[in-house]
Amino acid sequence: MLSRLSAGAFKKAASAGASRSAVNGARSASVRFASTQASGSAALESVLNSRAALATATAVSVGTIAWYTHLYGNLPFLGEAHASHLSDEGLHPQAYPWSHKGVLDTFDHASIRRGYQVYREVCAACHSLDRIAWRNLVGVSHTADEARAMAEEVEYSDGPGSDGEMFQRPGKLADYMPAPYPNEEAARAGNAGAYPPDLSLIIKARHGGADYVFSLLTGYQDPPAGVEIREGMNYNPYFPGGAISMARVLFDGLVEYDDGTPATTSQMAKDVVTFLSWASEPEHDERKKYGIKAVIIFSVLTALSLYVKRFKWGPIKNRKISYNPPADKTH
Amino acid sequence: MSVSSALYNTFFKRNSVFVGTVFAGAFAFGVGFDIGVTKFYDAWNKGKQWKDIRHKYVTEE
Repeated sequence: MLSRLSAGAFKKAASAGASRSAVNGARSASVRFASTQASGSAALESVLNSRAALATATAVSVGTIAWYTHLYGNLPFLGEAHASHLSDEGLHPQAYPWSHKGVLDTFDHASIRRGYQVYREVCAACHSLDRIAWRNLVGVSHTADEARAMAEEVEYSDGPGSDGEMFQRPGKLADYMPAPYPNEEAARAGNAGAYPPDLSLIIKARHGGADYVFSLLTGYQDPPAGVEIREGMNYNPYFPGGAISMARVLFDGLVEYDDGTPATTSQMAKDVVTFLSWASEPEHDERKKYGIKAVIIFSVLTALSLYVKRFKWGPIKNRKISYNPPADKTH
Repeated sequence: MSVSSALYNTFFKRNSVFVGTVFAGAFAFGVGFDIGVTKFYDAWNKGKQWKDIRHKYVTEE
């Protein structure tokens, strides 16, 4: 009913009410209260039909759509046309049975050691490993003596010394892995404009993780009919777009493992991917052990709390309230 | 004297003893639980961890 009134009527009534309440506040308040009570449904209707309700509903729907599109990119159930082809996304890698795949499985550290050898002899020619220091290898894939010996083979620039000049010194355990190029520009200049990414976190940084990197390393092949690959590029169906600057690098017998494992292409790829998985997640083994502990402890605590709840609530849930009516004394 | 009253008189009667029992029990459980989980974890991952292959590379002096 109120909604049928014009805005002017509202204003008039409000000013009248205000002047009246100035005279006798208590009475006008009680009067207004009574009238509101009497037309409850009408008041609700007026709220629902108000401009504020319309504005709120509009704001909510616009906000929801904006939030959804921000999160997921587009609205569902609306058809879309794409100019791209599925191959632009790259072939999805298949899931491989990694030795560290299960929730209770540690890395295969012999594989990490072989993978480090592959990285050092093959990948390190172009790819840096900035976030791994020599000391990180100790107790994971190498002994302290071995790691120290490997570090000492590399010269690091340090300083300034007492004469104010930088000097060269052999590496220490605390030094990080040497990068093949001094900076990104040098790396691009040495690789026809393509920048070999740092491999420290590459397993975490790519969709498909270890499966993707393994598939990429072993997936080089001739381009299918109709696919043009520019000079200096290589075809790899797992790489988004298909054309990758890195050529196939792993060939059978490229490295010689000191534990006698045959160095096939897939063996080397598996080992280097295991090594890079470790580089991405050095905490992996410890983390899974803590996971076991946490699951056991929290399962016991959950069971305990459920039992205590039932124990405490048992009497309350099972009690019976009986009512004995008083004897009728009128007769 | 029954077992329960002996238990009460030994561990629960004095609060200082009770708290001490709780702390010592927590410490003992922590150590034991850690040893148990580690034993299982090492058995599950036999031959994969560094401590399993370390002997191949370490040189004794």
